[in-house]
Amino acid sequence: MIWLESILGTVLVLLAAGLMLVFLLPRFRQGRGGLRAIPALQRLQRAIGLAVEDGTRLHVSIGKASIFSPTNASALVGLSTLERIAQLSLVSDRPPVATSGDGTLSILSQDTLRAAYRIAHVPEQYDAERGRLTGATPFSYVAGTLPILRDERVSTTILAGNLGPEAGLLADASDQQNAFTLATSDALDAQAVFYATAEETLIGEELFALPAYLQAGAIYQASLRVQDVLRWVVIVLLLLAALASFFGLIAL
Amino acid sequence: MRAPLWTAIAISVGLIVLLGYFIPPEMTRFAFILTLRSILIGWAVILAGVAALVGVLNLFMVHLRRMTARRDPDRYSILLVIAFLASFGLGLYLTPADPQYQKVVTAIQAPVEATLMALLVITLTFGSIRLFQRRKGLMAVVFAVSAFFFILIASGLLAPLQSLPGIGGLFEFIQRLPIAGTRGILLGIALGSLTAGLRILLGADRPFSG
Repeated sequence: MIWLESILGTVLVLLAAGLMLVFLLPRFRQGRGGLRAIPALQRLQRAIGLAVEDGTRLHVSIGKASIFSPTNASALVGLSTLERIAQLSLVSDRPPVATSGDGTLSILSQDTLRAAYRIAHVPEQYDAERGRLTGATPFSYVAGTLPILRDERVSTTILAGNLGPEAGLLADASDQQNAFTLATSDALDAQAVFYATAEETLIGEELFALPAYLQAGAIYQASLRVQDVLRWVVIVLLLLAALASFFGLIAL
Repeated sequence: MRAPLWTAIAISVGLIVLLGYFIPPEMTRFAFILTLRSILIGWAVILAGVAALVGVLNLFMVHLRRMTARRDPDRYSILLVIAFLASFGLGLYLTPADPQYQKVVTAIQAPVEATLMALLVITLTFGSIRLFQRRKGLMAVVFAVSAFFFILIASGLLAPLQSLPGIGGLFEFIQRLPIAGTRGILLGIALGSLTAGLRILLGADRPFSG
């Protein structure tokens, strides 16, 4: 059984990597129009534009997942989103602020911001205080982030990462400040809480679509297409397994 | 290419760790990869510890600057700085394993977190009431009805009904629905996580500047 898992895992990873490289080829690339419309992300793009015009601040919360934990993929999405938002708000009077609930993530958020400004040839805009660790436990993270929403003229809040239900307090506080809030998490309980408290929510794997819709690069769009293909592969495998079980060929 | 050396290191380390997951322990020929993976993960854990310390120091410095700012100094930052120095100093002197130290920290932390939890309950209640102002359509109705229904089931109020013939089976079927939904969402998240990891391994996504 361990052998079967190893082989299946290897095949899945190789298939995904191969497909990603294929979808990156100019011939197979899809333009921006190839993505299905997600209203929450369309509203986010508008909110980012308005924040830059108004000179108000964008806040990106990248969650509390340690980069060494299995939930770190959501943190990587948060970091990619942060980088893109830093690029989009280069001309803003108020640079974006990133908060996190883990030491490694706070360092990576600072590094991401530094890289974004350096690539845009404005390294002087970088400020280490814009990538902050606001608390080391879930509730202390929320308690440390609430004053930022209140005091720093935040008009758009993006909660994207491994966040628990306690982040509902952030969504609600952002709502009270009349700020636009887009909330998404890889935790199921947090998704339910965000559905009730946040202005816009992304459910399930829509979290991973965030950088692609912000046009962070062709690789993100290729990733989305790979996800779509793999989803169909999984559906077919599930149906085949169910049929095989029904006819007594395998025991599930 | 941005930071080619760091990208090469990240890809190599990522590949070794990934290979370690796919090699069964009984394949002794490749045991060195498993050993290498353990060493690399050990280093990563040490780095995570140092990063946590750096992050906390950053938090301290931010509040120290805010506390001493000439324009609009932050009063609450004084509390954070005092609490930080006290807990850090006492932690070093008594060690975090000291029962008295743990008692003091828990006595402060637990009530504060419980208060925030209570606040979250109120926030969620109001959020549920305002749900229909914010979201219109079938999904909001489905969300509200299913939340209400499953709270009712979890409360045990409908337990007597479950013994009735036919109804018990229906309840069992309905209670299985969230599990199916959960698995669907988790499968989607797993596929997203896989592609996010692959972007790092392909060197296309670099959460580091180098």
